[in-house]
Amino acid sequence: MGAALLEIRELSKSFRTDSKTVQALHHIELDVQEGEFVTVIGPSGCGKSTLLRIVAGLDVGYEGQATLDGRAISGPGIDKGFIFQEPRLFPWLTVEKNIAADLSLRNPEVKRRVGELIELVRLNGFEKAYPKELSGGMAQRVSIARALLRNPRILLLDEPFGALDAFTRAHMQEVLLDIWRRNGTTMIFVTHDIDEAVFLGSRIVILKPRPGEIRAKIGVDLPYPRKKASAAFQDFRMRVLNEFERIDELSWGEAGAGI
Amino acid sequence: MSDRVEAALPAQSAVAGKKGTRRRRRLTINDIAVGAAIPIVFLVLWQMLYETGRLDANFFSSPTDIASAIGELARSGELFRDIGISLWRVVCGFAIGGTLGLIFGLLSGFSRRTEMMIDPLFQLLRMTPSLAIAPLFILWFGFGETSKVLIIAVGAYFPIYVNTVLGIRNVDNKLVEVSQVLAYSRFSQIAKLIVPSSVPSILLGVRLSLAVAWLSVVVAEMINSKSGIGYLIYFGQYNSRIDYIFVGIILFATAGKLVDSFVRYLERRLLGWRDNFKG
Ligand SMILES: Nc1ncnc2c1ncn2[C@@H]1O[C@H](COP(=O)(O)OP(=O)(O)O)[C@@H](O)[C@H]1O
Ligand SMILES: [Mg+2]
Repeated sequence: MGAALLEIRELSKSFRTDSKTVQALHHIELDVQEGEFVTVIGPSGCGKSTLLRIVAGLDVGYEGQATLDGRAISGPGIDKGFIFQEPRLFPWLTVEKNIAADLSLRNPEVKRRVGELIELVRLNGFEKAYPKELSGGMAQRVSIARALLRNPRILLLDEPFGALDAFTRAHMQEVLLDIWRRNGTTMIFVTHDIDEAVFLGSRIVILKPRPGEIRAKIGVDLPYPRKKASAAFQDFRMRVLNEFERIDELSWGEAGAGI
Repeated sequence: MSDRVEAALPAQSAVAGKKGTRRRRRLTINDIAVGAAIPIVFLVLWQMLYETGRLDANFFSSPTDIASAIGELARSGELFRDIGISLWRVVCGFAIGGTLGLIFGLLSGFSRRTEMMIDPLFQLLRMTPSLAIAPLFILWFGFGETSKVLIIAVGAYFPIYVNTVLGIRNVDNKLVEVSQVLAYSRFSQIAKLIVPSSVPSILLGVRLSLAVAWLSVVVAEMINSKSGIGYLIYFGQYNSRIDYIFVGIILFATAGKLVDSFVRYLERRLLGWRDNFKG
């Protein structure tokens, strides 16, 4: 295996508040290869968002190393796409202008690519709609298209479907896998839903809280497209669950309630 | 909200029309009847009380007298001259005060250092009623147009200044993070995030500013003037033309309302994207 796209070495991060210091991440070691779909799973408060924000360059002041393409991550940039849990669209811009954001739709190349992406995230006919006219799933697809327009080396998704209902969520998972298949974009996808982690990931990273540490990395050897109802899927799901229970016995304590 | 006419604006987005999320509201006979009922009852009652002598003619006028005074002033051309000159003073004062308010508001909003420098002084000035500074301005700038326009400008300055600063400071931090992730340039961050997010607040400032400008023009014209609606009221007071006083009040009310409706129309055009309760 060649050098990984993303290399994280001995990464630690703590937050200091007036009263105390919270160790959010402790000695994280993670390599992500080009084209991988890594899902990160763990109970809330175990540092998933912190890890993603560090990779995105939004949180700085960490210990250890985090490099993308061999260069230390020192701040945000368009090579790292970020999808927040909420779509965070600009409410005064239409769908197509939200996707273009700081780029001008008068540029024919931008216009063409925005059109393609609208097709890709299945929002044809909504180019001129305002965010308030969109459902949660549609709005989240706009934010995915907005990130993809910048051709990021890696797409970071922080519980992007967490606020959606089960049907919309299943649909969005299909849309995302479709994008991954077609574009080959490297993905790190944070979730607290085991089904979602197993359904999407080519590899699953399990975090445990207090302090946030990696407990296990499991390659998912199920072929795509996966069927949630299949025996193989359910077997794999059990394996991940067992891993959680093992963690539970070790140190999880009351924090395991987050799952 | 009472502005039915504005609610009938065409929807801006084709999709909105198709999905019917933004319904058009038409002015119906019923709406007009609901809106007009109370004023009509009020006018009829007023006229009756006047005719039966329950309202002292030394202190009151009647709707019909006021109407004929309006007709008389309109025929002589005085009415339109007064409206025109008052409107002109408001426009000049608002243009000067509002522009400065916007500029200093932007400066203060973007830089805490600037805010710390200019804000204390402005807060002090803000609490000074325009009636109190009017004599000083007359002393400095004479009885001409300058002093009147400046009195109005001072009043119009503050609402825009305050609301521009507020608008800039209240930009959603979640959207700021988006602009960081998308690697916005400093220019894009200002032009495509901070300014558009501040527009609702700035427009509110414009509305309040115009309201204050109208209040200030009364002060300016009643203290020193030979023209304008404020002067009409002043004239009525010293010549016992109570009907003139009422005409002046009605003109101020109508003009103020029209200007306010215009700004609200602008708001609806510019802020159609906002997702809030429409009544
Ligand atoms: N900006 C911050 N200031 C202080 N503490 C923080 C901050 N962000 C996160 N934390 C703390 O770090 C820990 C991990 O948080 P987070 O990464 O958001 O977890 P997760 O996304 O897995 O729910 C939590 O204990 C949280 O309270
Ligand atoms: Mg989180």
